[in-house]
Amino acid sequence: MSHNAILTLDNMSYAYGAKKALDRVSCKVEEGHCAILLGPNGAGKSTLFSLITHLYDAPSGTIHIGGHDVRRQPLKALELLGVVFQQSTLDLDLTVRQNLLYHAALHGIKRREAEHRIKEELTRFGMLERAHEKARQLNGGHRRRVEIARALLHHPKLLLLDEPTVGLDVPSRKALVDHIHALCRDRQLAVLWATHLIDEIAPQDDLIVLHQGQVKASGRVREVLEQTGQETIEAAFTQLTGRKERTLW
Amino acid sequence: MHAWRALMGIMGREGLRFIHQRERFISALVRPLLWLFIFAAGFRSTLGVAIIPPYETYVLYEVYITPGLLGMVQLFNGMQSSLSMVYDREMGSMKTLLVSPLPRSFLLTSKLLAGAMISVIQATVFLLIAAAYGIEIPAIGFLTVLPALILSGLMLGALGLMLSSFIKQLENFAGVMNFVIFPMFFLSSALYPLWRIQESNPTLAFLASYNPFTAAVELIRFALYGHFNLNAALITLFSLLFFLGMAIWGYNPSQGMMNRRA
Repeated sequence: MSHNAILTLDNMSYAYGAKKALDRVSCKVEEGHCAILLGPNGAGKSTLFSLITHLYDAPSGTIHIGGHDVRRQPLKALELLGVVFQQSTLDLDLTVRQNLLYHAALHGIKRREAEHRIKEELTRFGMLERAHEKARQLNGGHRRRVEIARALLHHPKLLLLDEPTVGLDVPSRKALVDHIHALCRDRQLAVLWATHLIDEIAPQDDLIVLHQGQVKASGRVREVLEQTGQETIEAAFTQLTGRKERTLW
Repeated sequence: MHAWRALMGIMGREGLRFIHQRERFISALVRPLLWLFIFAAGFRSTLGVAIIPPYETYVLYEVYITPGLLGMVQLFNGMQSSLSMVYDREMGSMKTLLVSPLPRSFLLTSKLLAGAMISVIQATVFLLIAAAYGIEIPAIGFLTVLPALILSGLMLGALGLMLSSFIKQLENFAGVMNFVIFPMFFLSSALYPLWRIQESNPTLAFLASYNPFTAAVELIRFALYGHFNLNAALITLFSLLFFLGMAIWGYNPSQGMMNRRA
C-alpha cells in the first residue's frame, strides 16, 4: 500500500447471484490525485461505488479509506468520503440551502459552522445567489454543482463521482470537468471519477480501466499508454476493451 | 452531539417535506373523513354496537369507528413513507442517508421517528375534525391518546420500513395494498368489534385478535377515554420491535435488499 493512498481496493470480488460483477479488483487512489475509473456501461463501476460507500458488503477482498477498513470501521471510513451518485439525490421540494443543511446535520456539523461552509462552497461554485431557490428550479448543470458542493461540505479526503456529467450540455460538462480538476490541485482532494467518456480525462490524471468486472490497466495516463503501446487514450481503451467509446464534447 | 444533530436534521427534513406536500396531507385526511361522514353514516342503522369496554353506554357507529380511522390514518402514513423510501432508494436519496457516518440502525430509527411525528400530526388533525363534527371525546382523551398515537405510529411506520427493505421495486408496491393494507384494516377491530366477527367466523376472529393493527386500534380506543389497555400496548410494542429489527436486518449491507438489486 502506498503511504499516501487514500483509497485502496484489494482483490475485491462481487456477484449478483451467479452473475459476476467484479472480479478480483485491486487499485488505489492517492491524495491530491484525480483517478478516472473508465469503463463501458455495465463494466461494474456502480457496483464498485456501492461497495466503497458500504451500501453493499463484499464477501471477499478489502477496501480501506484513509487506512480504515470499510467493513470493520465503516463510520470512520465514511467520514472521509464525499459522494455524488449518478442520479441526482437532491430533495427537489427543498431549497438549495435546506438540502445542504440536511447534509451538514447528517455529518454532525454545527449549525453556525454549516451556514459558513454552505456560503463558502456555494460561492466557489457560483451558486450563492441561488441558495434560496428550490432545487426543482435549477437546471441539470446547476443541480450537479450543488451536489458536488454538498459532497464537499464535511471536508472529505476522497470524493467519489459516479458519472456526474450524464445529461449535461457541453458547456456545463466542460465547466464541471475543469472544476473537479481544480479541486484536486488546490485542495489536495483525491477524486475517483467513474465515466465512460474519454474526453473527461486530463493528461495528469490516473486511469483505471475496468471492463467486465476486471481491471484491465491502471496507472498514470502516460503509463497506461506505454503499457498498451498506443498514442491516444481512445486507442488504448479500444485495445483493452475491444470497443470504441464516445469522445464528443 | 453528532447523532442528535442528525436526528434533528432528519426530522426537520421530514417536517419540511410535509409542509411542501400539502396534497398528500389533504388526501391523507379526506380518506378517513369519507369513511366517517359517509360510510359510518350509512351503516349507523345496520350495525348495532353492544356495550363493550371502554364504552360505558351504547355508542353510535361513528363513535365506534373513530379510533379505527385514526389507526387508518397512521397505517396509510406508514405505507406512504414506505413507498417514498422505495422510491428514494431507486432514485438515490436514500443512499445519501445511508452513506452518512452514523450506524445504520440509528439512521433508520431516526427516519422512523420522523415518519411517526408526521403520522401523529395527521391523526391529531383528523381527531380535531371528528370532534368538531360531533364525535364526543372526553377532554382528557385528547391528552391520553397522544402516547397511544405515538406508539401505534411508530409500530405502523416500522412495518412500512420493514416492507420497504424487502420490496425490490416500486412496481411491486401495488401488491402491498392488496396483501398488507386491506387485510390488516379489514381483519381488525377498526370497523366492527371482534365479537361481531366471532359470531360469523371464529377463525377470522382468531386472526383478527392477533393482528397488530387490532392492537394499535384498541390501544388508541382505550386511550381516547383515558384508559390503558396493557395487552394492546404490549402487542403493539413487541410488533414495533420486531418490525424495526427486521428492517434493520433488511437494510444491512451484507444481508438484505441492497444486495438483491434488480
